Amino acid sequence: MRYPLFRLSIFVLAAVWPLLWLYQAWIFALGPDPGKVLVDRLGLGGLIFLLITLGMTPLQRMTGWAGWIVVRRQLGLWCFAYIALHLCAYLFFILGLDWGQLTVELRKRPYIIVGVLGFLGLLALAVTSNRYSQRRLGARWKRLHKLAYVILGLGLLHFLWIVRADLKEWSVYAVIGVALLLTRVPAILQRLPRFAGRKSGSVTKV
Amino acid sequence: MLIKFPRASDSSESEVTPESLYLSRRSLLGASMAGLAIAGLPAWARAAEASRYADVEAGSPPAWFTEKLPGVRWQAVNVQGEAITPFKDATHYNNFYEFGTDKGDPAENAGSLPTSPWTVVIDGEVGKPGRYALEDFMKPYQLEERIYRLRCVEAWSMVIPWLGFPLSALLKAVEPTSRAKYIRFETLQDPKHMPGQRSGFALIDWPYVEGLRMDEAMNPLAILAVGMYGRELPNQNGAPLRLVVPWKYGFKSVKSIVRISLVAEQPQTTWQKIAPDEYGFYANVNPTVDHPRWTQARERRLPSGLFSPNVRETQMFNGYAEEVASLYTGLDLRKNY
Repeated sequence: MRYPLFRLSIFVLAAVWPLLWLYQAWIFALGPDPGKVLVDRLGLGGLIFLLITLGMTPLQRMTGWAGWIVVRRQLGLWCFAYIALHLCAYLFFILGLDWGQLTVELRKRPYIIVGVLGFLGLLALAVTSNRYSQRRLGARWKRLHKLAYVILGLGLLHFLWIVRADLKEWSVYAVIGVALLLTRVPAILQRLPRFAGRKSGSVTKV
Repeated sequence: MLIKFPRASDSSESEVTPESLYLSRRSLLGASMAGLAIAGLPAWARAAEASRYADVEAGSPPAWFTEKLPGVRWQAVNVQGEAITPFKDATHYNNFYEFGTDKGDPAENAGSLPTSPWTVVIDGEVGKPGRYALEDFMKPYQLEERIYRLRCVEAWSMVIPWLGFPLSALLKAVEPTSRAKYIRFETLQDPKHMPGQRSGFALIDWPYVEGLRMDEAMNPLAILAVGMYGRELPNQNGAPLRLVVPWKYGFKSVKSIVRISLVAEQPQTTWQKIAPDEYGFYANVNPTVDHPRWTQARERRLPSGLFSPNVRETQMFNGYAEEVASLYTGLDLRKNY
């Protein structure tokens, strides 16, 4: 395993937030509606991890350091973990485990439908993230994992639809998301500044 | 690990009123008894009177407010079998977008708002228009304590003891003309002290405007509040003067009012303007009419704990149907949401 320390620190850094929030909720430091705060933070955390994950490839292109690609899968899985927790927190704190209401929400609320579609996409990516699936799917694996871009779009739409009156925060994430998508355009990819002389022709397999 | 999925009908431990709140209810009763006893004492002896509610931060009340306190009719309206939301929660979990969109922003940013001196303008279809200094505006009214449920359109709720006076008393005093059909309220516009009004991304067209139909405004439940938890309003809760209409979603209860106009046409209200398919003029609490983006059938009663989501059924007109349902007979509440 390459870059074990880097991987481990990413793992610790990602794991520590939900634990900290849970602790804060436990000691009543999240205010009178801790469930809602947890739902919001986990959702936003998931989006941030998705953006970071998508940032790894351009970073690798720019710096030539293979470490970025080594942690890409782990970051993607953290995105999935946060969104899975986000969903659980929503079911528990917002719906109060009312399954009947869940079916109503799934039929009637566009932002819930979009959110669930995004989650299903993440689920598909998470279960095919192992080496076995990579081998089995071969060339199709790469195509399947392009779904990450669709999921980003769904996530941003889901986020947009819960905004009530101020678009500032959303705009920040949307701009970063769009910028990351633009780095996938070949013409822009060619022009990305390179900080290291090393040629990075082949993307290292993890 | 054993995970228990409670049935909806099960009452969970979380629904039991915490002992501290139950006890504070007792101390409230005790305090009101003591209040009766103390009322006979001269003012200097009263200064040491313990706060009526637990953990209430002392404010710096204007003189006119302090003068009115001894005459307050405590618990003029109460709620049955409900615990009052702790002061800290009612003052640190607020929607007051003038100070920012996060729930904690108002408590953080509202402190510097100057609320004294304060001027209220009365205009429109009235016999007695005018500009009043708040202390003159308040002169005729005795304060009452109204303990009301507060239901936010975002599906959370609280129980808050307000101090105020019936809006109907003001309306009678200003002598509406026969053309007055609606009442329009306007919040202060002061970008210097209200950071939310400086945001370039806000969808709101300031100042914040709300309105009521005349008969709604005349309903005895509608009050103008100047205090809560036995003290003057904290800035983040709409100091120094706000509306409280408990059968409507919280956003109707406009804060930091500077202008009250009686008008012939239904005023266009702020949320209605931003999203007319989501927020109507009436905005009555109604569990059967969903917000397009979320259900209104249930609400989270705050404070809720990590293991006690405290989700409960929302009541028609927030539990005030007996008092207000007659205002809407013959009106299709699905269309007039």
